[in-house]
Amino acid sequence: MTTDAGTLDTFPKLLMHHARVRGARPAIREKDLGIWQTWTWQRYADEVRALACGLAEQGFKRGDHLALIGDNRPRLYASICAAQVLGGVPVPLYQDAVATEMAFPIQNAEIAFAFAEDQEQVDKLLEILPQCPTLERIYYDDPRGMRHYTHPQLMSCDKLLEIGRASLARRPEFLEEEIEKGRGSDTAAMFFTSGTTGVPKGVVLTHENLIDRSRAVAEMESLGDHDVVLAFMPPAWIGQNIFSYAQPLVAGYCICCPEAAETVVSDMREVAPTYYFAPPRVFEALLTQVSVRMEDASALKRWLYRSFMAVAKRVGTRILERQPVGLLDRILYHLGDFLIYGPLRNVLGMSKVRIAYTGGEAIGPDLFSFYRSLGINLKQLYGSTETSVFVCVQPDGQVKSDTVGPAVKGVELKFTAQRELLIRSPGLFKEYYKNPQATLEAKDAEGWFHTGDAGYVDQDGHVRIIDRAKDVGKLADGTLFAPKYLENKLKFFPYIKEAVAFGDKRSRVCAFINIDMEAVADWAERRNIAFSGYTDLAQHDTVYERVAQCLEQVNADLAREPELANSQIHRFLILHKELEADDGELTRTRKVRRGFIAEKYGSLVEAMYQGRDSVHVEAQVKYEDGRSGTFAAELKIRDAKTFAPAAARRAA
Amino acid sequence: MSTARRIGDVILAVDNVSLAFGGVRALQGVSFDVREHEVRAIIGPNGAGKSSMLNVLNGVYHPQEGKISFRNFEFRDMNSRQAAKLGIARTFQNIALFKGMTVLDNIMTGRNLKMRCNFLQQALWVGPAKREELAHRKAVEEIIDFLEIQHIRKTPVGRLPYGLQKRVELGRALAAEPAVLLLDEPMAGMNLEEKQDMCRFVLDVNDHYGTTIVLIEHDMGVVMDISDRVVVLDYGRKLADGTPDEVRGDQKVIDAYLGVAH
Repeated sequence: MTTDAGTLDTFPKLLMHHARVRGARPAIREKDLGIWQTWTWQRYADEVRALACGLAEQGFKRGDHLALIGDNRPRLYASICAAQVLGGVPVPLYQDAVATEMAFPIQNAEIAFAFAEDQEQVDKLLEILPQCPTLERIYYDDPRGMRHYTHPQLMSCDKLLEIGRASLARRPEFLEEEIEKGRGSDTAAMFFTSGTTGVPKGVVLTHENLIDRSRAVAEMESLGDHDVVLAFMPPAWIGQNIFSYAQPLVAGYCICCPEAAETVVSDMREVAPTYYFAPPRVFEALLTQVSVRMEDASALKRWLYRSFMAVAKRVGTRILERQPVGLLDRILYHLGDFLIYGPLRNVLGMSKVRIAYTGGEAIGPDLFSFYRSLGINLKQLYGSTETSVFVCVQPDGQVKSDTVGPAVKGVELKFTAQRELLIRSPGLFKEYYKNPQATLEAKDAEGWFHTGDAGYVDQDGHVRIIDRAKDVGKLADGTLFAPKYLENKLKFFPYIKEAVAFGDKRSRVCAFINIDMEAVADWAERRNIAFSGYTDLAQHDTVYERVAQCLEQVNADLAREPELANSQIHRFLILHKELEADDGELTRTRKVRRGFIAEKYGSLVEAMYQGRDSVHVEAQVKYEDGRSGTFAAELKIRDAKTFAPAAARRAA
Repeated sequence: MSTARRIGDVILAVDNVSLAFGGVRALQGVSFDVREHEVRAIIGPNGAGKSSMLNVLNGVYHPQEGKISFRNFEFRDMNSRQAAKLGIARTFQNIALFKGMTVLDNIMTGRNLKMRCNFLQQALWVGPAKREELAHRKAVEEIIDFLEIQHIRKTPVGRLPYGLQKRVELGRALAAEPAVLLLDEPMAGMNLEEKQDMCRFVLDVNDHYGTTIVLIEHDMGVVMDISDRVVVLDYGRKLADGTPDEVRGDQKVIDAYLGVAH
């Protein structure tokens, strides 16, 4: 791999290389009509050649964009590569986006060629055709339901392949020349960022960017053609694309496309991937499934599960990291591995997982250690579309639930005075498409990319991301205050649903808490605590005590981190109502709108800082039938136990 | 399979059919026809004789009077096996699947009439039986793909929600590769989303396989949306027959459904 790394500077060159050296090895598998069908590297290369020639015959030129809309399918990946063969730019779009959301990227890049998986995607493209006059050609893979479509723009992939094969037979040299023309500095792909703020931006990445980052991590984890990946996230997401397109082409491993979105779990069990990447919510959903099924199991099985999971929790992670563990525990763990962990890994489809990554958002420490204690090597990474994903990755043996690991080879990091993380890396994007203003804002003259994330490097050299930079403030004494970091820590407790931390320009930190009605009600019922509703339950002394214990644990954690020791939460109150998106307190994606809340409940915030024990609240409430009424209550305010910072204690 | 949806000649005709159970006259002199590739609905209030009509069509009941012609074949007393062999398949108002068997196996039973090997060959799974089963499995997998039920392929039918069971039953009927598909209340008891899905599948079947569809349905919205022609029964007699719009405007139909002022 390393010997000819210099000449293999584009994805098409890499593909042809694999077709030569491991032509008969599987490259892509797809479950079709209940059977796993295999594309070897040779077949992959043949399809790409035919598609590329077909596209060329249809007038696709160097620099043209090809929009791709569909699920993970071999044809979709082959089309990405076919566009790159011709020096074009594939633009994968989210297959679950509505038609209007697809209009912007197509207009923005003046896209003329599109690949659509099936009738559903074709319908969307036809719907926006009037707004997108540049769109001339739509190729569809699955012909089902397409017989009555007579639009001149439409053509089936099979037909395109036919055209391509005929052209390839006529002039085979054309393709080799086109591939040779490709340079590593050419644009390889464009990914539109979701655009939570403002319009989406097209992130332009070159072959060099993607290949360099894929190679750095492939070498670090020694990925090779024995590895298998299941591709089940949208291919328009850079995270999926790098794992199922870029990195397989660098490392030569095989990707598997599930039969349908609903069959991912069983397909995963069948292919048993060795390399796995999913955002935290996928891991959470899997755990929920397991927990629910365990609830329905027989008493004996439940007992076994509980007992052995306790053993795993105690020593599992240490065994995974090859740290010394007592003999009895070691024997118990191996028995548990035979009875519980092994079968459980099998059910999750993770029997053979060698490396599993999660990233994109913070993962709960309990969730994280659940998988690790089962013997699954789950690790965290950090990156974004702009950085070709891999910025930080936790190496084996240095895994922590609250960091994202040290920088991957080739990446330089530094922090601004506001603690914003800056990155310089060979994987850094070229530009935002047709948006020099945004490019300038994100990437400065020296090539540092402003991530917008705030964090710091801890004692072990791991990067710890704490918050979005714009949300990070300072306490009155000048030390760091990262509200989201605190709120996340609190929300990882099952009893706390939402938290809002205050402290910017203040002497200490206070917080509002929303209890999780379901979890706390369940807990209260088991203790025979009577309550009438949310407000009543929230003001119960025992509930306050329970929440205070959670805060105490968080404070103990914070005290161990010199950077954050001053952010310990001194006082809190439990709000009389749940924060609602309808009332403007949360965004539609359920993120707290701290500023709005601070204003709306200003008197409550002041009361906490004035040191009062309770505060009177009168609120306008809107009932679901549209009427509104007023509501009055006396909210209790309590202190939470705080700790002396670790450094101070060590000195004492 | 590749026939575009183009309504053809009469494929199935019911001529002056009467059926009585003792003194109860379920059908009285009903006549109508079904054209190839069309979606034909039979509607009517409770007890109008809709299910009886369907049972006559696939040879479960034998009418005392009248005759039925299917393609060039005329009959009055045909049994349901003969009907199936002629290419008439059906689903039932109350799902009639094998609850303990998987979705795959249930649909496979729909291929029963197409299996050529004898019992012994199948039991031993020797050469021809094995080849035959593989071919049938392929046909079944295509139906599973068509109806988008891959995720429940290996699930016992008894564990599935009602809407999916209905879909599986449609799959089993399709497995027989019928020329005419009789659907007895395919949307009964479904929620809105399941109904929409089912409508789509019925239309897809009609479009993709060119299957002629005769369906009984209570939900007027569904009937008017998806059928080409509608026949209305009331107390065993034919009340009206025509396109959805014609039927909707027919005074006799409105009276039968809404009642008449006395």
